[in-house]
Amino acid sequence: LYYQVLNFAMIVSSALMIWKGLIVITGSESPIVVVLSGSMEPAFHRGDLLFLTNFHDDPIRAGEIVVFKVEGRDIPIVHRVIKIHEKENGNIKFLTKGDNNEVDDRGLYIEGQNWLEKKDVVGRARGFLPYVGMVTIIMNDYPKFKVCI
Amino acid sequence: RKNVEDFTGPRERSDLGFVTFDITADILYGKNGLQTIFDWNVKQLFLYLSAEYSTKNNALNQVVLWDKIMLRGDNPRLFLKDMKSKYFFFDDGNGLKGNRNVTLTLSWNVVPNAGILPLVTGSGHVSVPFPDTYETTKSY
Repeated sequence: LYYQVLNFAMIVSSALMIWKGLIVITGSESPIVVVLSGSMEPAFHRGDLLFLTNFHDDPIRAGEIVVFKVEGRDIPIVHRVIKIHEKENGNIKFLTKGDNNEVDDRGLYIEGQNWLEKKDVVGRARGFLPYVGMVTIIMNDYPKFKVCI
Repeated sequence: RKNVEDFTGPRERSDLGFVTFDITADILYGKNGLQTIFDWNVKQLFLYLSAEYSTKNNALNQVVLWDKIMLRGDNPRLFLKDMKSKYFFFDDGNGLKGNRNVTLTLSWNVVPNAGILPLVTGSGHVSVPFPDTYETTKSY
């Protein structure tokens, strides 16, 4: 029994190390997210898994798919950048919109907020796997993944 | 091009640009451009036309004027004429007036069935100079 417990503890801590390592390597606090809504269809559907990176020097450009959080809210949103205005010093403000939505995301931002900034970004979508995230939607409170709209 | 009340900027009025365009494009892939981009792992292409320019206010601006989803099975050639921009082309300020160097480029996001999501820029681009004066009325 002692070995079983130890074994189990080893597995859990290796998993945790891998997850923490991923956070460091990708630069994103949440490098793997699950798509919860249909606002990016037909590219992404509910239950798809997205892999993110968030390198500080990576510029945000129109057309990129970013995952961002509105200040004060916990839910990350995955949409596409449709407008950017960048100053010489690198300060950038940008607007996002879900592919499947009619209007841009201003309705999702804070009251009075019209643009997003770099600090709101959780990461950029670099790769994805379909359906795999369905597991978390079903299980609902699996500690490894953060859910995302 | 008009100067219109803009409720989303820090100032009262900003430039609003109107662009009509034609797109003729062939989305090819592979060494000689002979392979079709729609291989077994490509689910769709998300195409977008963006305008890129600099202003006094901002070193770099990019605004997506139009986009289209092209699914696997659709024809990878585009012949579009007299298209109007889908989205409002607001500048963050008054930087469109007299701006000689607004570049329109077609790019696309390849969405695979599974795997990496690359962004590709098309190899042609067009420079559009904006006039020095504002239009007073124009039906759009």
